[in-house]
Amino acid sequence: MRTILYLIRKEFIQIFRDKFIGRAIFGVPIVQLLILVPAVTFEIRNVNMCVIDRDMSSESRMLINQLEGSTFFRMKYSVFREEEANSLLHRNKCDMVLHIPAGLGRDLGTGRQARILVTVNAINATTAQLSWAYLNGVIRDYNMNILVENAGNILVSSMPQIDITNRYWYNEMLNYKHYMLPGILGILVTAIGFLLAGLNLVKEKEMGTIEQINVTPIKKYQFITAKMVPFLVIGLVDLAIGLILGKIFFNIPFEGSTGLLFLGSTIFLISVLGLALFISTFSSTQQQYMFVAFFFMIVFILMSGIFTPFESMPVWAQKFDMLNPMAYLMRINRMVMLKGSTFQDISRDIYSLTIIATAFTALAVRKYRKTA
Amino acid sequence: MKEVIRASGIGKKFGETQALKDIFFEVNEGEIFGFIGPDGAGKTTLFRIITTLLNPDEGEMTVLGLNTAGDFRELRKCIGYMPGRFSLYQDLSVEENLNFYATVFGTTVRENYALISDIYSHIEPFRKRLAGKLSGGMKQKLALSCALIHKPKLLVLDEPTTGVDAVSRAEFWEMLKKLRQHDITIVVSTPYMDEAMRCDRVALIQKGQLMLADRPQKIREGFGRKLFAVRAPQKYRLLEALRKYPLTETAYPFGDSVHVTIRNNIFDASLNEHLVRSGIENASITESEAGIEDRFLELMKNRI
Repeated sequence: MRTILYLIRKEFIQIFRDKFIGRAIFGVPIVQLLILVPAVTFEIRNVNMCVIDRDMSSESRMLINQLEGSTFFRMKYSVFREEEANSLLHRNKCDMVLHIPAGLGRDLGTGRQARILVTVNAINATTAQLSWAYLNGVIRDYNMNILVENAGNILVSSMPQIDITNRYWYNEMLNYKHYMLPGILGILVTAIGFLLAGLNLVKEKEMGTIEQINVTPIKKYQFITAKMVPFLVIGLVDLAIGLILGKIFFNIPFEGSTGLLFLGSTIFLISVLGLALFISTFSSTQQQYMFVAFFFMIVFILMSGIFTPFESMPVWAQKFDMLNPMAYLMRINRMVMLKGSTFQDISRDIYSLTIIATAFTALAVRKYRKTA
Repeated sequence: MKEVIRASGIGKKFGETQALKDIFFEVNEGEIFGFIGPDGAGKTTLFRIITTLLNPDEGEMTVLGLNTAGDFRELRKCIGYMPGRFSLYQDLSVEENLNFYATVFGTTVRENYALISDIYSHIEPFRKRLAGKLSGGMKQKLALSCALIHKPKLLVLDEPTTGVDAVSRAEFWEMLKKLRQHDITIVVSTPYMDEAMRCDRVALIQKGQLMLADRPQKIREGFGRKLFAVRAPQKYRLLEALRKYPLTETAYPFGDSVHVTIRNNIFDASLNEHLVRSGIENASITESEAGIEDRFLELMKNRI
């Protein structure tokens, strides 16, 4: 025990003796959090529109006004020729073109169905779908207005229809920051654990210090533990800093128990640290390690469900995510912070994560050989 | 005398390369046992086997009565190893390094201070300095202190004096001599032939094979030929000329002279004439005692 404590002390001395790393491990997460949380958002605002109004009637003007009135659309261009509109779309000047053919006002006035055409820039499929959905909503309102005008208010209100009232649970205002922050917290913690711990062990190899360690009676588990604990502690401190900043700057709700959140992150950290040390046992240079670690990081993060909903991934990807510690952490963080889930609610995730953590760590201890 | 190391038929292959082959030797208690050989001869591999870092493919290595492959846990407590490359923590201070290794071996600096005081006292004034900022000689003293801090019975030093200045080298060997008082057996490798004379016994190793192991004096006496030292101002031209002389068997540069062996062990006026014809005047030719290097070169030549 004395040996382990001394080994851990040595790691801490070394980490903080490196002035740059010593500061970066606390500075980087803060900056990352303050930048990423407000920046990464799927909320759509300011969709630039281009209108080709060939009708120039009061009806077409009303439709345009209504679109302008919503916060999503900005009437940026008004042109008369299709080529012009297409070129604007092509040059990324606008995201959407609304074609109003001549005769819209006349058709509506004479009680016939009128048609419009909408062209959407779908380079980004998500944006395209969302802006289309918003536009649809506006046009539905517009239709309703026409209906009321033509049939008279009394007639429409007496028509049987379903009136919908909805509430958004767990994130009442659909605040995207509340959704992102728990996820970003996970990424910060990963960066610290995964990169630093692995590089640390590879550095011992590069410097040759491992050779001297290997002839000592230090046991494998002591060595691996001493490599894990400092980064576990730093990771958890970073998590605490992240939570405090989230509260101060983004007023993030915290429904569940802090202890549970830290428990989840601790197990998660052990699993990524185990994997990091496992990878570092067969990398002989820091470059090799970085290359492999980067691959794992990207796969883990992109497949974790932080940006895209877990449920909409293909089945094989969901299966793969059973091995992805980040996927568990995303769920645990969001459930605990936004939903106030208790241990019973997330016990399945906690247990699975524990199994992964044990497996990765066991691999690292096994693979680390004191004889070459 | 008790034997500390017994190597019986050690062989080790790395892929297709035969790093060590059929190595047999014993090291006795309290000895300073030297391994001499060119770079890539297999000295480091052999040392890694002795220090339990590597298992031999063939044969058996017994150290302090324990098998290096099976009883490595027990052995690691009793071996001090100083790898060829400086491998202490450069970002820890002198003192921190020493304390670290003491703790790792379950002891304290105070407990074994007597053993290292001779060596450590040289660097103690710099104990707060980071190990990476020490000079070569001081690094070596620190590494030796760290390798000794747990009072090992066997000290294994892989080229400890490579890259160290001549004064520090001499000092270093004095320290090793003193360590014998503490019943520490020392195994050391070096590429320097002059250091071989300071060992109690020396083994010559080349291309993974042990050619000879004996007392340095015996090794020198084993040189079966008469050896002549030829001196002249232009050494390179002298060497060229001597190699062209038809009766020359071997000619190697050696310090300020060229060591030559000549067919039938006698030379006559024709050698001098040959030298004068090659433009070398006033060459002095004396009979010389063979050094360990001469013997080594002779053995190497016979082997090829």
